[in-house]
Amino acid sequence: MPPEVLSAPLIVEFPFTRSTGPVLGAFLTGLRERVVLGARGSDGRVLCPPAEYDPVTAEELTELVPLGQLGTVTTWAWNERPRPYQPLDTPFAWVLVRLDGADTALLHALDAPRHAVRTGMRVAIRWADERSGAITDIACFEPAPNAGAPGDSHRAEGSAA
Amino acid sequence: MTTAAELLAGIPELAGVEPVTRVTIPARLEYTYSPGSAQTRFLTALPDKRLLAERCPRCTRVYVPPRGACPTCGIAATEQLELPHTGTVTTFCIVNIAAKGLDVEVPYCYAYVLLDGANVGLHARIGDTPYADVRIGQRVEAVWNEQRLGPSLASISHFRPTGEPDADPESYRRWM
Repeated sequence: MPPEVLSAPLIVEFPFTRSTGPVLGAFLTGLRERVVLGARGSDGRVLCPPAEYDPVTAEELTELVPLGQLGTVTTWAWNERPRPYQPLDTPFAWVLVRLDGADTALLHALDAPRHAVRTGMRVAIRWADERSGAITDIACFEPAPNAGAPGDSHRAEGSAA
Repeated sequence: MTTAAELLAGIPELAGVEPVTRVTIPARLEYTYSPGSAQTRFLTALPDKRLLAERCPRCTRVYVPPRGACPTCGIAATEQLELPHTGTVTTFCIVNIAAKGLDVEVPYCYAYVLLDGANVGLHARIGDTPYADVRIGQRVEAVWNEQRLGPSLASISHFRPTGEPDADPESYRRWM
């Protein structure tokens, strides 16, 4: 009889260090200082996360604007079983959040009960206690303290739900 | 070219702060690896200091570690055989940068050792010799790791020179 086939854990890890460039470097610096920056495009739209090049003209973008600490969920997906290294270790929603002052949405995690999560929901940034200039400086989003206030949820499609 | 500091200078609450220029984001993949039945035979023979190989019934190439099939002919390798602990260096390099999580001191010499009777090189470290003396064609033998004998290639600590004359290049030229 052949021996039982072996198996063992195998972990492959590449400790990549990347240079961040002017726009993402400024964006990450902002996060470290609790300020979220967007980039203004040639058509006047504010993009967050900021793009390095204009989506319309492909020119370099150099005008960065601070955005609000509140935003609106534009879509979401529920994550019932978080995996290691995800932002939260309890069930949470992956959300696209359009921060006040921005015209595009940022992907992050929302710490809220499943029944409370909806498109058009108002959410607030929960900052990490220790920040180093990384997207994880935003620990996650959480329901805005005055949830239910008008805000700008009229701009979210499907907000009637 | 604009810099992050220049972009930040235009934002009152961020003007003058030290800009972020790099970010370290490890890419990490966690697997459960199964070596399959052929390599399991190879690995489970290592604690007994035996090097098991397979021969392709068509092209007669001998593979070590065995994979259960001949990658050239695409057919099952059916014949098992055992190889000696001696071989020939067919290529090598000196590693000067420590890999994260590897408990080997740099610099070290890493080589392909063509075991006698094999037609593919086995990856191995070369030791017990000045690196400047390591050369293609050099004859070497396995040094077993008596403290770590187990179903792992760590059972072989390294290979060391046997002191024999170098191998005839004709003996390994096709298998470099």
